[in-house]
Amino acid sequence: MILQLKLLFKNAFRRKFRAFLTILSVTVALLAFGLLQTFIDAWYAGAEASSARRLVCRNSISLTFPLPLAYRDKIRQIEGVEAITYGSWFGGIYIEEKNFFANFAIEPHGYFRLYDYKIPAEQKERFLRDRRSAVAGRRLVERFGWRIGDIITLRGTIFPGNWEFVLAGIYSRGTVDLDESQFFFHWDYLNQALKKIMPHRADMVDFYIIGVSRADLTTEVAQAIDQTFKNSLAETLTETERSFQLSFVTMSEAIIKAIQLISLVVILIIMAVAANTMAMSVRERTGEWAVLKTLGFGPRKIIVLILAESLIIALAGCIIATALTFPMVSTFGRTLRNYLPIFRLKREIFYFYLAASFLVGVVAAIIPACRAARVPIAEALRRIA
Amino acid sequence: MLSAILLSYSFRNLMARRLTTILTSLGMALVVFVLASSLMLAEGLEKTLVETGSADNVVVIRKGATTEVLSGITREQAAIVETQPEIALGAEGQPLLAREVVVLITLQRRGSDKQSNVVIRGGREQSLRLRPKVKLVEGRLPRPATAEIIVGKNIARRFKGCGLGETLRLGLREWRVCGLFDAGNSGFSSEIWADVDQLMQAFRRPVYSSIIFRLNKASEFERLKADIETNPRLTLEVKREAEYYAEQSKWMAKFLRILGASLTVIFSLGAVIGAIITMNSAVATRTREIGTLRALGFRRRDILLAFLLEAALLGFLGGLVGLFLASFLQLVTISTTNFQTFSELTFSFALSVKIACQALAFSLIMGLGGGLFPAFKACGMNIAEALRAG
Repeated sequence: MILQLKLLFKNAFRRKFRAFLTILSVTVALLAFGLLQTFIDAWYAGAEASSARRLVCRNSISLTFPLPLAYRDKIRQIEGVEAITYGSWFGGIYIEEKNFFANFAIEPHGYFRLYDYKIPAEQKERFLRDRRSAVAGRRLVERFGWRIGDIITLRGTIFPGNWEFVLAGIYSRGTVDLDESQFFFHWDYLNQALKKIMPHRADMVDFYIIGVSRADLTTEVAQAIDQTFKNSLAETLTETERSFQLSFVTMSEAIIKAIQLISLVVILIIMAVAANTMAMSVRERTGEWAVLKTLGFGPRKIIVLILAESLIIALAGCIIATALTFPMVSTFGRTLRNYLPIFRLKREIFYFYLAASFLVGVVAAIIPACRAARVPIAEALRRIA
Repeated sequence: MLSAILLSYSFRNLMARRLTTILTSLGMALVVFVLASSLMLAEGLEKTLVETGSADNVVVIRKGATTEVLSGITREQAAIVETQPEIALGAEGQPLLAREVVVLITLQRRGSDKQSNVVIRGGREQSLRLRPKVKLVEGRLPRPATAEIIVGKNIARRFKGCGLGETLRLGLREWRVCGLFDAGNSGFSSEIWADVDQLMQAFRRPVYSSIIFRLNKASEFERLKADIETNPRLTLEVKREAEYYAEQSKWMAKFLRILGASLTVIFSLGAVIGAIITMNSAVATRTREIGTLRALGFRRRDILLAFLLEAALLGFLGGLVGLFLASFLQLVTISTTNFQTFSELTFSFALSVKIACQALAFSLIMGLGGGLFPAFKACGMNIAEALRAG
């Protein structure tokens, strides 16, 4: 048994350079897949993190149209509505356009009730007390090196002018994967200013977020809300937070799907090259298999030997890929975090690694192994002479 | 003469191991395909938006607004802008100027429950005169002061309620599609057009989004820009239409290029490894041949060249196949949301000479990268040992 194992490893790594390259190409293919999958997951992360008990209500024409603030009280009266908050996409620019981050004007009491943000109590209180203040996510604060008490100026794109905020608190995510790179300030602050400079845009909000008391009530509540405002000047479209988030993702889905498809094909080809190499190294040694047969190895044993050899190579690639996935994903996550705030590895990827490398190993070995097992000894030996 | 022999030697060697050659080249072909297609996508996006704007037209939007959708211009401001003497006059002596409203509406795609944001533009007949690319292809133009719309060909095909004779419900009114227009390969083909006053009334919008006009003389642009932007009663920004649209592709084109480049780099690693494996085994199985060639009087340099040539050929072959496949993408149009404007835009992959050269150069580099090490190994062989090898 030990002798056979020794034979196995000696065979597998007989040509060190080739074995190394084969392992490397399996590794690269798996890593490419892992990275790609994590990237695509990150794209959908916003939808993943949404709660089944939250609804988003917006103007049915499109998101760029607001809803009257007066809807708040009407929505509140609908049965099943537990909590409500509202806000507007502010779209301000911090110094330069490339510093993009999401900034919202929100009604804070309801917002903190609906979302599980962690903010130190005294910071939260300071934010709630001061209407000119704002809270920012942990990552955003790190990115710009802000400190509590700093004055942050945003240049409005939707609401003209320069807007100043005092950073009162830093939030981080609680138990759910919430985006830690957003910026929130008081909707009241925005509204007071609008009343002076653009009265026709005051008392309007971009969206309502509604907490429903039971998850199975969401459909009914959403329908009830839309029914209430049907045939009014601002008809609403209410959907679960998940489908709201997904509607953003599906807008750019064409590109994502194309990337996914092409990448899978490339990975398959890399795998095929690796499998071809493994098969080649078995074919080259037809004579040796004949010698082993002469020594008394049965065809089944030969098949097992060849299969095992190929699996060793493929699984070595899998192990290296697994080890490299962690540093790779964290490096990419850090580079991309301004674009894709939630970039996290899923455990399923490793199951895929294992399955894929096993498959490559078996596919590469199966035909040459059967041939080596069947080839008549005399013929095989004659070939090397 | 010698190089001709080497070339045919390299070429025949590739032919001799067809399966391996095909697999390796295919790997490289796909990497080149990925590179070319992402560059073509970014190019196509830019081309579409550059073609949308005309160099003679000027766009005025609110200061700080990055797009027409975010902009707002009051009637008073519009009236002031209209008095600028630099604005060209049309045949009937009216200024070639249009006050327009641009809003986003959410529409349902045909054949699925997915939604997208589409631009609806409210204008007047001058809007058409300012955009000669926009041509009615079916139906008729909207009658003034009615809830009739004309729809760009890319939108009519893709969205529910947008075909000729169909109706859209917006702002408590039914809007009838009375015509379809084609604006060639420009962003207008992804828009819906309506009467500006009807639209403002329906959406209860008191302000315009933008003012578009033509200049008498293109050279007067700078003066006009300074005039309007320094006027304290106007908080407006003046841009050439061509520049305004070109800017809208910047962010997304950059995103597509970065994405394509990262994918290409990762995959090219795999393809280069494939090439190394192939070339390495080519050298290993031909040790005796190499010895024979050396014994015949071929120098080390020739051997190096032969194997590098073989590797380059392998890469180039892949490059050609990849580019050939990618060139078919020009027939494909992509319809997706431009993040910068948050609206649907249809554009196609565009191949340029520059992209073709980049892709082929990259395939050569990949091939040579794969062949370098094995080629040196081959040329470093000792004649006697090589001849003795199995």
